[in-house]
Amino acid sequence: MKASALTVFLVMGISVLMVVLNLGTAASSPVHVSTFMVSLAGKYLSYAILALSVDLVWGFVGILTLGHAAFFALGGYAMGMYLMRQIGARGVYANPILPDFMVFLNYKELPWFWYGFNWFGFAMLMAVVVPAILAAVFGYLAFRSRVTGVYLSIITQALTYALLLAFFRNDMGFGGNNGLTDFKELLGFSLSAETTRCGLLVVTAIALSLLYLLARAVTRSRFGKVMIAVRDAESRTRFIGYRPEQYKLVVWVLSAVMAAIGGALYVPQVGIINPGEFAPANSIEAVIWVAVGGRGTLAGPILGAVLVNFGKTILTGALPEVWLFALGALFIVVTLFLPRGLLGLMPVREKGDPPLPADPPTPAESAAKEAVS
Amino acid sequence: MSSMSNGTLLYLDNVSVTFDGFRALNALSLVLTPGEMRAVIGPNGAGKTTMMDVITGKTRPNTGDVLFGGSTDLTRLDEPAIAGLGIGRKFQKPTVFEPHTVWDNLLLALAGDRGPRFTLFAKETAEERRKIESILETTRLTDQRNRRSGDLSHGQKQWLEIGMLLAQEPQLLLVDEPVAGMTDSETEQTAVLLREINKTRSVVVVEHDMGFVRALGVKVTVLHEGSVLSEGSIDHVSEDPRVVEVYLGR
Repeated sequence: MKASALTVFLVMGISVLMVVLNLGTAASSPVHVSTFMVSLAGKYLSYAILALSVDLVWGFVGILTLGHAAFFALGGYAMGMYLMRQIGARGVYANPILPDFMVFLNYKELPWFWYGFNWFGFAMLMAVVVPAILAAVFGYLAFRSRVTGVYLSIITQALTYALLLAFFRNDMGFGGNNGLTDFKELLGFSLSAETTRCGLLVVTAIALSLLYLLARAVTRSRFGKVMIAVRDAESRTRFIGYRPEQYKLVVWVLSAVMAAIGGALYVPQVGIINPGEFAPANSIEAVIWVAVGGRGTLAGPILGAVLVNFGKTILTGALPEVWLFALGALFIVVTLFLPRGLLGLMPVREKGDPPLPADPPTPAESAAKEAVS
Repeated sequence: MSSMSNGTLLYLDNVSVTFDGFRALNALSLVLTPGEMRAVIGPNGAGKTTMMDVITGKTRPNTGDVLFGGSTDLTRLDEPAIAGLGIGRKFQKPTVFEPHTVWDNLLLALAGDRGPRFTLFAKETAEERRKIESILETTRLTDQRNRRSGDLSHGQKQWLEIGMLLAQEPQLLLVDEPVAGMTDSETEQTAVLLREINKTRSVVVVEHDMGFVRALGVKVTVLHEGSVLSEGSIDHVSEDPRVVEVYLGR
């Protein structure tokens, strides 16, 4: 079986199997999968979509983004706004129009930017359009000015940090520190029902599979060959007539939209969205998932996101204070001993797959280079 | 602009470039007629590479005119726009897209639409395959077509880069030290190849290797401290006392 078919098969197969074991077996059965586990898997797959989007820009055009959680969180907020409007008069303050936090903060009427979010279609459109516009403006300015490397990484970090601070403010109109929560239902399906949770897992698995196949098609096209050329020899591409900034912008916006879709799927499965999702550390974690799974492989980051988050769930349950140290150690170990990630250990390359990024030079090679120049 | 530029392919007049007080080019003037091949020589720091940078849009001159085809002002354009006009550049250090195969390197260099909208859906056409095959033959890389270009020998990389230049179908080729690091037989073959290319296109060659310049048998421009020191046949310039002074005098 081709590696790409195997990836889709595993994502879909394991998700469907979990759903069958959740709905089809009694809670007392030894093979029963709890609804908690189903939603946990859905959360991991949402993260996997974020990892995929990070790989598209980092692995294929060389933009080390440290702010991609911003797009993920914006998609999540759009979904959260829709879910808030669905609560209607069932909130604590029973206001049919205003969400609870607005009543509490003495809002007299719905802010204009909340209009329309009671319609699912509009909310989902905004979930991708708003991050796309932000990415387009940010990318246009950054790439046109030829900001690259660590400087670009720092401004992506600043972007997500600025949004974090903005969304913390109560007058921003998105629930401040507490964010959006107490969701009741999605398209009429109760979010506490196990069938809804199962449905969300399957939808997330389908979205992940489709986005994976899309990313694969883009990176294997001639466009993808230009992406690799930009990644490894950006200025050279200019002298044969390509405009790297155009390519980066297209990939950057596509990647932001993917991350936003991940965020929109994440929120109903975890039941809350708050400014913490913009935290710079979240974006850095996403980079670690990609590094662990294998940068530039698309399937690797999916594996990395699931495994690292599974480890996080277990460790933060057993030894909460150890987690950040474990994550840091993991990053160091992967960088030093596993530069191609887990997928680098497996013979999974297909004919026509774009070339992988070069291994970082060993200290000896760097020293030799220094000596020459 | 100036009527002096009529009928020229490349026209540099009074071009100066200063980096932090250092004059890399100092009132440089150079005229290339269509179909011409010109060799540019000069000691290190004479401004050869800076001149290439100015022509290809990498560096903006502080003063002076740089015209292509008699009227297009190159100082107002950026690198991709200038490449699109038909000026191709080969770098001193061979710079091919190392992780790509030889074939893909040529495919990316082929003249055609460079926009993302085109490349997203582009399929390799028979016409493109035919062109690539023919360039592979010209550059003697047919057997290497599926190799990762980073794995090629130094000489093969130089040739691949010349192949990529040809693939762009430029009117003017700027070739920076094409035979640096080549064996004698590779150097000879490169001279033959450049003369062959010159039958249909104009070429500017920057080179240190005097034997190679002599083998090209074309008009030579000697640069020194950012301006033209001497110009003429190789015999003429090598007898010019000022050139001898610059090369041997200190």
